[in-house]
Amino acid sequence: MNPTFPLIIIGVAVLFINGIKFLSSPKTARKGNLVAAAGMLIAFIFLLKTDGSSVWSHGWSINYTLIVIATIIGLVIGATGAYSVKMTAMPQMVAMFNGLGGGAAALVASLEFIRGSHSDVGITAFIAGSMLFATLIGSLSFSGSAIAYLKLEGKFEKPMTFTGQNILNGLILLVILGLCVFLTVNASSTNATAAFIIMFSLALFFGVAMVMPIGGADMPVVISLLNSFTGLAVAADGFAINNLAMVVAGTLVGSSGTLLTLLMCKAMNRPVTNVLFGAFGSSGSAAAAAGGVAGTVKPIQADEVALLLAYAQRVVVVPGYGMAVAQAQHSVRELSDELGKRGVEVQFAIHPVAGRMPGHMNVLLAEPNVPYDQLIEMEAINPSMDRVDVCLVIGANDVVNPAAREDKSSPIYGMPIIDADHCKTVIVMKRSMAAGFAGIENHLFYKDNTRMLFGDAKASLNALVTAVKAS
Amino acid sequence: MDTNILFIFILAVYVGFEVISKVPSMLHTPLMSGTNAIHGIILFGGILVLADAATLLAQVLGFVAVVFGSANVFGGFMVTDRMLQMFKKKK
Repeated sequence: MNPTFPLIIIGVAVLFINGIKFLSSPKTARKGNLVAAAGMLIAFIFLLKTDGSSVWSHGWSINYTLIVIATIIGLVIGATGAYSVKMTAMPQMVAMFNGLGGGAAALVASLEFIRGSHSDVGITAFIAGSMLFATLIGSLSFSGSAIAYLKLEGKFEKPMTFTGQNILNGLILLVILGLCVFLTVNASSTNATAAFIIMFSLALFFGVAMVMPIGGADMPVVISLLNSFTGLAVAADGFAINNLAMVVAGTLVGSSGTLLTLLMCKAMNRPVTNVLFGAFGSSGSAAAAAGGVAGTVKPIQADEVALLLAYAQRVVVVPGYGMAVAQAQHSVRELSDELGKRGVEVQFAIHPVAGRMPGHMNVLLAEPNVPYDQLIEMEAINPSMDRVDVCLVIGANDVVNPAAREDKSSPIYGMPIIDADHCKTVIVMKRSMAAGFAGIENHLFYKDNTRMLFGDAKASLNALVTAVKAS
Repeated sequence: MDTNILFIFILAVYVGFEVISKVPSMLHTPLMSGTNAIHGIILFGGILVLADAATLLAQVLGFVAVVFGSANVFGGFMVTDRMLQMFKKKK
């Protein structure tokens, strides 16, 4: 092996670490992504085989032609997906890329395992264990991400549950683990390939069974978890084929992804076990329907809202997924500018889990260049909400539901919310009275100081802009 | 078995935890997407396996692995960059 190669891999690791570090600050985030990509490129150039020779130093063969073709196909898929996706569908795209990575990790491990188990030298238990782990976690991440993708696309978003589901899933997992132990010890036995195929299929099935009972609202947490799973699978592959760069990159993703998952759960004030095994949402809609809410819904017209806004001192906008769906981010910027010209102080209250992913609203509002200093995080804005004249809730629902504070029986009880109901007047822009993603009745809509502005968010906002200009 | 690789693994676990402990929630999505791109390094695993593929089965599965890994790494970085592009212009 060329002695400078290990040093280069250290450099690659430093680039990855700095990339992730830069990604965690708004000023350097874009640079961080490029730094990580640079690390990837260097790792690619100095790619080593298991025996320490460069993968590029061998003669050309049909396999290299296949590598080039496959890489280009992947590049086209990736680029098309990345540049054609709408901002609202970003989470699905991350789920898809993550699933593909998991699938690749599982395939690499399977191929190495089958090759190793058929070779004369055999494989050590440590290597066999790493490969089995990568196969299990990778295929689980592949099928789980596919279900998460479909759920975010609106296919079967409601949780699918039945009695004994957790027990059945537990049993499947036990069988999988049993097969893994058997294969670790008997990697070279005659039944190894058959046992391996059964294990692989069960792991794929387990990914589906694990994600199916989880409601669509919790998909961000699931994707983040599966993202860290794929990272670990890649690290295990790195062990198996003795590639340090893969170990470092995979492990970094595995641990930072786990932490990110916990941070997301913390923002929703729920333990991660509750997300994964709680089948949230199915009981919620039933309870809300039975409970009912006191008060009536009071509709309002756009002209009236425009007057309220134009003569307010301080307006807070609470954006939610509905704004993303209506692609209303440009209209909201226009309204905010128009009010700004009239001397109204406009701020945006950002709930950490508004939309379909943490930070979703920031990404969306950054598109029409809403200035950072107007975006205020939930904790920062809540104490002053009672001094706000008009709170404009655009397509947000569960994140402003006072039931989280007041109703102990509500499934979202305890989740931190933006205290929209503390404002003098709350205007809720909504298409219809349908419940939010969590399927829970929103108490806010029935409060005395709440008015409902029904209709498409973009159309309503444009009407407001015109009306504010005229007043 | 090489124990150095285990050392590296353990250290990387801690670095991964430490390095993102102070992320504002607005960057959670791009961060998830960025780390998602980093595990696209599995592309290289696919390349190594396909380079040594000796059977048709290994060639087919290796090919699929490289397609998947390539989509993961390219798509991952591109979609992250597209998200972050929107953060760049400020007042």
